[in-house]
Amino acid sequence: MEFIMAIVIGVLFMAAVYLILSRSLLRVILGTGLLSHGAHLLILTMGGLGGTSPPVLADGITDYADPLPQALILTAIVISFGVTAFIVVSFYRTYGEHGTDNMNLMKGNDEHD
Amino acid sequence: MINLLLLPIILPFFFAIILLFFKEKIVVQRALTLIGLALSLVSSFILMAKVKADGVQAITLGSWPAPFGITMVSDMLSVLLVTTSLVITFFVVWYSFASIGHERERHYYYPAVLFMLTGINGAFTTGDIFNMFVFFEVLLMASYVLIVLGGEKKQLRESIKYVLVNVISSALFVITIALLYAVIGTVNMADIAVKVAEVGQPGILTVIAILFLLVFGIKGAIFPLYFWLPGSYAAPPMPVLALFGALLTKVGLYAITRTYTLFFIHNLGVTHELLLILSVLTIIAGCIGALAYFDLKQIMIYNIVIAVGVILFGVAQMNDNGMTGAMYYLVHDMVIKGALFLLIGIIIAITGTSNLRKMGGLMTTHAPLGWMYLIAAFGLAGIPPLSGFAGKLLITKGAFEAGNAWGSIIMLVSSLIVLLSVIRIFVYAFWGEPKLQKSNKKMHYGTLMAPAVLLVILSVAYGVGTEWLVPYMTDASDVLLNPSTYIDAVLKE
Repeated sequence: MEFIMAIVIGVLFMAAVYLILSRSLLRVILGTGLLSHGAHLLILTMGGLGGTSPPVLADGITDYADPLPQALILTAIVISFGVTAFIVVSFYRTYGEHGTDNMNLMKGNDEHD
Repeated sequence: MINLLLLPIILPFFFAIILLFFKEKIVVQRALTLIGLALSLVSSFILMAKVKADGVQAITLGSWPAPFGITMVSDMLSVLLVTTSLVITFFVVWYSFASIGHERERHYYYPAVLFMLTGINGAFTTGDIFNMFVFFEVLLMASYVLIVLGGEKKQLRESIKYVLVNVISSALFVITIALLYAVIGTVNMADIAVKVAEVGQPGILTVIAILFLLVFGIKGAIFPLYFWLPGSYAAPPMPVLALFGALLTKVGLYAITRTYTLFFIHNLGVTHELLLILSVLTIIAGCIGALAYFDLKQIMIYNIVIAVGVILFGVAQMNDNGMTGAMYYLVHDMVIKGALFLLIGIIIAITGTSNLRKMGGLMTTHAPLGWMYLIAAFGLAGIPPLSGFAGKLLITKGAFEAGNAWGSIIMLVSSLIVLLSVIRIFVYAFWGEPKLQKSNKKMHYGTLMAPAVLLVILSVAYGVGTEWLVPYMTDASDVLLNPSTYIDAVLKE
């Protein structure tokens, strides 16, 4: 199971890097989304894919699934929601202001010599 | 158990929330921001006295036993950085009154500053590696707002780089924490230190150490990872640049220092040797940049990169003198960078350009500004008895003791280049024939000068009062060099 997850995470990172390196702002945003998905899956996998053990600690149970990775993922997901929302708005504004979403056309170093 | 160490984090947060209700009332916003910062400052001074008297302070939220709850830890290093951040933000906010403009003030400039401060102070104080990620996000989110606030074409364009670099480095941070959790099984920093010592730092942990260096190196702008910094920092208006330059990279530096003195101290030959080499390369790269530009902002921004190198070079020595020197230099650099950015902000406001070739002769019209700039410039280069001297002296001493004399020679040569780069600003801007100056009637010269002058005076006092600060700095470096102090404070209550 961990092996499959490793491949899935790897594919997600690969797609994310490809998208982030592209010129269009929209693809870049999608890329950051995939990147954070990969990271979240990685946390889940790193906590150990337990199988059948119960998720909570009750009296008399000694073998339980680790709850911490889920708490960490929840936090990370919420944060990446917020950041993605901000990026979408900010990049849309950039698109409006510059009239293009092509990074190549946005180059400019007008102030330095 | 002490709640005091939460105050410098929570107070700015509460005041930021209150400020959101006073969007149109600029005077109320200004007053509340200053009151909030002053209260936080008082609490952090009380905390510093407490840490000085009783040693490392720790609290685990919700009264869970230590490795399970989220721990906040205040040792001398973190409380020093928290206090310095608050002092600098106080002066920068004061400076903003006259320079940031009503439009930005009405669009949540002050709340963003306070939220960023919440994140910064939290990152300095937290004792939990995942919580550090959360506080990093808090400060980054606020800094995204600050960098685009105003919506100028240039700001929007540069913010893309800034946001993307930080989003990627945050994702890398999460990945690194996940890997560390898989190996060690805990996210409490004191507990990680214990567990790493138990397993003796095998190869996988050294790899994770390098990953941490990569993550924090992007935020702290060390050598191969600093390329995003000069462009993005030049975009926002001056007070924001001053805050970013004085505070943000220091958070990355703090995180490197913390992880490399607490967790990964069992394989110094790999991790700290790499840190040493990268820090020297950072100094060299910063020097090249500082000499290459004829733009006020760019010269100062590359000076940030040089300072990052110098501080990490001190940390990489891992001995008493080097570490104490790094602590001295860290606080010095925050104060002096704040002061210098405010001063060049005034120069840019007077001349209406940041291009050195287009300015000149300010000495005849603005002599006090010239003298203040000269003092701050000498302080930055570390001319005794000004504030940069003690730190560099101790770092050099530490490097000689650790057998890294070659690095300290490069560092000392870099001081000359720093001096050259800032004196060049002085020569071009203040000497020579007065050039055509844009008469800016709306400029409040006095309001701009007051905070800048006070920061310069503070940095001079820091340099002259070096002897008096020795116990604080040695306390800070003692905890870093003896992680057991830190671990005991958290785990044995």
